[in-house]
Amino acid sequence: MTIEAWYIIITGALIAASTAILGSFLVLRKMAMLGDAISHAVLPGIVVAFLLSGERDSTLLLIGAAFSGLLASLLIELLHRKARLQEDASIGVSFTWLFAMGVLLISAYTGQVDLDQECVLYGEIAYVPLDLMAFGNTYLPRPLLVAALLFLIVLLYLLFSFKGLKLMSFNPDFAQSLGIRTQVWHFTFMAMVSLTTVLAFEIVGAILIVALLVVPAATAFLWTRALIPMIVLAVFIGVLSSFGGYGLASVLKGSIAGAMVSVAGLLFFSSLLIKLLTPKKN
Amino acid sequence: MKNKDINKVPSLEVHNLAASYNRMPVLWDIDFQIPQGVLTGIVGPNGSGKTTLLRNIMGLMKADSGYVKIFGEDLNKVRERVSYVPQRESVDWTFPASVREVVEMGRYRNANLMRRLSKTDKEKVNIALEKVGMLEYANRQISQLSGGQQQRVFLARSLAQDADLYLMDEPFVGVDAATEEAILEVLSELRNEGKTVVIVHHDLQTAYQYFNWIILLNTRLVAAGPKEEVFLQENLREAYGGRLTILSKLSNLIAKSEFPVREKGFKETEGSGDGQS
Amino acid sequence: MASLSNYISILDPSLLVVMAGTVLLSISASLVGTFAFLQKRSLVGDAVAHAILPGIALAFILKGEKDPLILLFGALISGWIAIALMDFISTKTKLSSDTAIATILSVFFGFGILLLTYIQGQANGNQAGLDQFLFGKAAAMRQSDLWVYGGLALVLILAVFLFFKEFSLLSFNPDFAQSLGLPVKTLRFILNTLMVLAIAVGIQAVGVVLMAALLITPSAAARSWTDSLKPMMLIAAMMAALSSFAGSYLSFIAPSMPTGPWIVMSLSLMALASLFFAPKRGMLARLLQQKKHQRKIRNENILKAIYHFSERSDQQKDWLRIEDIQGIRAFKNDSLKEGLKQLNRKGLLLLKSHQLQLSKRGEQEAMRIVRLHRLWEMYLTQRLRLKSDHIHPNAETMEHIISPEIEAQLLRELDYPDLDPHQSPIPYENDN
Ligand SMILES: Nc1ncnc2c1ncn2[C@@H]1O[C@H](COP(=O)(O)OP(=O)(O)OP(=O)(O)O)[C@@H](O)[C@H]1O
Ligand SMILES: [Mg+2]
Repeated sequence: MTIEAWYIIITGALIAASTAILGSFLVLRKMAMLGDAISHAVLPGIVVAFLLSGERDSTLLLIGAAFSGLLASLLIELLHRKARLQEDASIGVSFTWLFAMGVLLISAYTGQVDLDQECVLYGEIAYVPLDLMAFGNTYLPRPLLVAALLFLIVLLYLLFSFKGLKLMSFNPDFAQSLGIRTQVWHFTFMAMVSLTTVLAFEIVGAILIVALLVVPAATAFLWTRALIPMIVLAVFIGVLSSFGGYGLASVLKGSIAGAMVSVAGLLFFSSLLIKLLTPKKN
Repeated sequence: MKNKDINKVPSLEVHNLAASYNRMPVLWDIDFQIPQGVLTGIVGPNGSGKTTLLRNIMGLMKADSGYVKIFGEDLNKVRERVSYVPQRESVDWTFPASVREVVEMGRYRNANLMRRLSKTDKEKVNIALEKVGMLEYANRQISQLSGGQQQRVFLARSLAQDADLYLMDEPFVGVDAATEEAILEVLSELRNEGKTVVIVHHDLQTAYQYFNWIILLNTRLVAAGPKEEVFLQENLREAYGGRLTILSKLSNLIAKSEFPVREKGFKETEGSGDGQS
Repeated sequence: MASLSNYISILDPSLLVVMAGTVLLSISASLVGTFAFLQKRSLVGDAVAHAILPGIALAFILKGEKDPLILLFGALISGWIAIALMDFISTKTKLSSDTAIATILSVFFGFGILLLTYIQGQANGNQAGLDQFLFGKAAAMRQSDLWVYGGLALVLILAVFLFFKEFSLLSFNPDFAQSLGLPVKTLRFILNTLMVLAIAVGIQAVGVVLMAALLITPSAAARSWTDSLKPMMLIAAMMAALSSFAGSYLSFIAPSMPTGPWIVMSLSLMALASLFFAPKRGMLARLLQQKKHQRKIRNENILKAIYHFSERSDQQKDWLRIEDIQGIRAFKNDSLKEGLKQLNRKGLLLLKSHQLQLSKRGEQEAMRIVRLHRLWEMYLTQRLRLKSDHIHPNAETMEHIISPEIEAQLLRELDYPDLDPHQSPIPYENDN
């Protein structure tokens, strides 16, 4: 394989590993669709930050997008609690609105924003090797470094928050009864999901983010009964999807992101099938 | 304060507590005290607000009025002395965790959440597992437990907290006779150690037999006290004889017309609010 | 100047086709979506919309050209498979329905994207223009498309009318529907099919990503205007039509902007406006209602304070000073003055250069409130067995809420008591 291929695969694998970790908790907390909503809702933030800063790698971009991710979850809360709209509809109304706003902004400023509608959906992972950054006297793809940094952050977060996340996902009421500040924990977790979404957005696009958050974790949950094995397996499935996806995309000459999701989906459905066909113990 | 006075402090004082969901009142000015060292049953029909009462005591929802004192203090000051066991159905038992992991949660505190558990913590977990007879299942995943075993796990987690006041929501639901007896034994043991146990319980038949203090609830407090004084035909009929129509009508009126559940600026705090009109 | 060109453009035949098309599509989606909304299956609709993509792409690959009916058939099949899979996963595995929805949504869509990009890489790929399914391309709608999609939309609307009773029963009370002997399973199948069809048709206008808005947002908005189903569906359909109209028009005068997102944008703004400003159920209306209650409570408390003053003070004073009231109950100064003015306007209070007096009606009103307070205290001690030193705070609120009907019942149940638990007399109107 060429070095370019490796760059793409490793970037995909790092992002898949980060999302698999966070996604495991999203799945266990039954908040998968909230992740879906956030991944759509960061779009207007990204576009506005683009317009203001005029470049793509800027902290402003990060802040803008992370802000709109949190804004989306606040909007959902507001519609649900204060306007008394049922929860599923609050999610649906909020994210479609924000996403439509993002698309309109993109089309209104076509010349100025280096984003197009398709890139929003399935990213530009194929261009990873083109976006090089000087690193001493070697050149590495910038998205690869971003993905590596993201993975590091998520890993550290997992190490320090493992017990808290476990407790919060299993029994939030009990956590609160222990005097643990569940609101803070919840907010931090949502902020991590937003951050991951934003960093991964331009590399893999909105849809792949949702898929990578949910599908490997769901597949791993089918196979395991303990939390650490579940997370490890989810990460493994994510990485595997990155490899398989690259291969499939080169054969079909199609979108790498789409192929990665398809491989993840294939793993999910075969797991489902195997689980159904093998008789259960107990 | 002298030692004798400390013993006189009620383990739990609920003062004029009122609570609602989306403005619909479900608890009307609940007011009772429980002395230390009794085994208490909170008894009432379905939907009578037993769970809501426990959640309010544990500060899991915001009361409309009134306050709760535990050993004469605010909950936050004595949190380490209180253990709460939620209703078994309130969690998803397919969650990927082992029995030991769940019981260890009883030792979690803000301070040690980012660190490993200490040796003493782990010992307390083992003792708790032993007491409920789940030590040999310690490494089993909770998705593989029977209903009765799940209750035992929750009980063990509570024991591991090593508290002085235990609040348990329906620990006898879904268990067989043997487990029921085993759980009761553990609870009696706690009481013999001078601890206070408060149990939400469904079954009138066994309530009299199990508890020595009883609280009869049906959105309002019907009676509270030693079981002999509370367990009267008249009280039981009142508790199980349906809601008071006036209360129901008023509840609906409040929920429907955006009335405040409690008047603004008239939040009762300790020591105030007993004024004349 | 602008108005003239607008006037001309609105009659443009191609715009008319687009408008007619999108209006029909969005009305059918909003009607079917109402039932999804009521069954709390809005997000299932979102997933189906995404899941349609691989069906369309496969149909194109197999047929080799863009035949609308074949593509629709492909969409229908993959939408149906998605629904079946979601139901299966959430009932037969330990995964929650939320996870099932997100999984199916993203896997089907990712696969669809793979197929689309594959087609684009093929020789005939570029003419396919399949990417229009992502964001919709209403502006490109031709008259022939209008016949197909508009016709289907009409069929959908008709079907909703035909099965209206059954669907509403199914949405509100499926158990009851079953007990009536309705074929619940068949009905569910029909409703699901209609939903998939509405989505497959609707993505012509807004594309798969935003399709959920056409299903969910109109009902979410309509819900804040009414409690009953028929008006709700009517309002939802009207909002859908209006926003399609606006969206088509906006993208017509600014051709670089796509129609679908404009439709969704106007729809969302209407929904947000409804949720915030609708009378009765809107957030603002409820806030105002609460404010109104607070004013009422304050004013009633003033009346009560005046009553208490004359009840307690030994010397009978006809005219009270403001300080007298403040002595009974600490009001905020501004609030008290405002309240006095309002009471005066209502004829409950006479004002004379910093002095005040209850009018005859005001006295009766004050008496009523004191009576309710003391009756309620009585009720609390007798029925709720509260100690007499614990009842005041509760009565302090309920005195403002108890309706005449409840008062009558209280009087009957308590048998017209004379004294409250604190031994204060309970005032009745014929007392004086
Ligand atoms: N989250 C909620 N939102 C709205 N209403 C609720 C909620 N939880 C409980 N209620 C209502 O509050 C009332 C009291 O409920 P609660 O669960 O406290 O009763 P309970 O005595 O514990 O009943 P059970 O014996 O069935 O456990 C019921 O009428 C219930 O419908
Ligand atoms: Mg309960």
